[in-house]
Amino acid sequence: MSKRHPVTGAFQAPRLIEHQSVLRVSCKLLVPFIIMFAVYVITHGELGPGGGFQGGVIMAAAFIFYGLVFGASRLVDRIPSRITDFLMAAGVLLYAGVGLHNLLAGSNFLDYSALNPAHPSEGEALGMTLVEYGVGITVTSVFITIYVTITEPRFMRSKRENVKVTD
Amino acid sequence: MNEVLILDVLLLTLALVAAVAIVRVRSLLAATMLSGIYSLIMALVWSNMHALDVGFTEAAVGAGATTVLLLGTISATGRLSRRTPSLDLRAAAVVLFTGGLLIYGTLDMPDFGDPHAPIHQHRVPKLLAQQVGKVPGRPPLGMDPPDPAHPHPRDDFNGHVPNTVTSLLAAYRGFDTMFETAVIFTAGISLVLLLRRRDDDIVEAWDEREREVQTPRPVAPVPQPPTRSYTAVGASAEPDDAPKGEA
Repeated sequence: MSKRHPVTGAFQAPRLIEHQSVLRVSCKLLVPFIIMFAVYVITHGELGPGGGFQGGVIMAAAFIFYGLVFGASRLVDRIPSRITDFLMAAGVLLYAGVGLHNLLAGSNFLDYSALNPAHPSEGEALGMTLVEYGVGITVTSVFITIYVTITEPRFMRSKRENVKVTD
Repeated sequence: MNEVLILDVLLLTLALVAAVAIVRVRSLLAATMLSGIYSLIMALVWSNMHALDVGFTEAAVGAGATTVLLLGTISATGRLSRRTPSLDLRAAAVVLFTGGLLIYGTLDMPDFGDPHAPIHQHRVPKLLAQQVGKVPGRPPLGMDPPDPAHPHPRDDFNGHVPNTVTSLLAAYRGFDTMFETAVIFTAGISLVLLLRRRDDDIVEAWDEREREVQTPRPVAPVPQPPTRSYTAVGASAEPDDAPKGEA
């Protein structure tokens, strides 16, 4: 059933994901809902439990789930490393940018009420939401990167097996 | 009797059983699953203490992400740990000493939920009196009719966002959270710099590793039709595994 790799001794999943309909279908059904829940957790961080970190991890879990079922190579096809690298930095920049915007608006660094001087309470909520987005984006992409990097040998092996060699 | 206490004792007993089982079990897959179970039980403990954010984080990170990352590591290495002696007296002494010290430290702490604890007498009132992360002039909780200028709900936490934890994390301690995010970013960047290699490097390293691990056997030339394009299937049947680089 589950074959062992001759060199590393690692157990290998059966090759053809096309034959595992239960996994395939349930993964494709679940992933959108997990992502939706993650967005809910991130955006409602200032109202209920949760926030950028938790929501980001849940979002990454959706992608990692996809990677577990379909293989890390397919996951990288879906969300290339270039994008995750970019988003990693973009999240931190968004967080710091909100703070800098407040500083330039004449308030303290990270004092969100400067975002909306007419309604400080709204500015407060907006600033915290933006900051949570930043945390969520960074955490999501970092966790996806960790997963892809850790499973790299296997992933590269499967990629290599698909290489057509022509003499 | 105190329901919180009963639940706590029950859950912590389960956590203890899970922790002992993690140490005892030899299959790494089972240990990974048990650590996920441990995290889930701890998430329930935090929820029981009304620390919902902590419980949420524990469930998402401890039970979810860490388990998956450990699974990925196991599938890349091996599934059984080495046989180790069942009891190392020195290690047990260190663990017992440290644990005893920690328990001794908790004796000085105030009771759980004690309103007269120092944190509620000194630190929290100061935090709540700060103007950072707070809309000035907002009347205290439950005293105001809904204000059309500030259409926040009445349970607005004294002018803060309703979730105190988010208010603390994002406003009071905004710098702290920002640099935590920077730390996570640094971890990701380090991973990319240290572990990600270019495709050619990876294929080459994999070839090299296979050559190293496999017992050297005489390389018999596999008869191949000269102009046939094929898909490489196994590790051993590939002609490009032959050590032509050493020739």
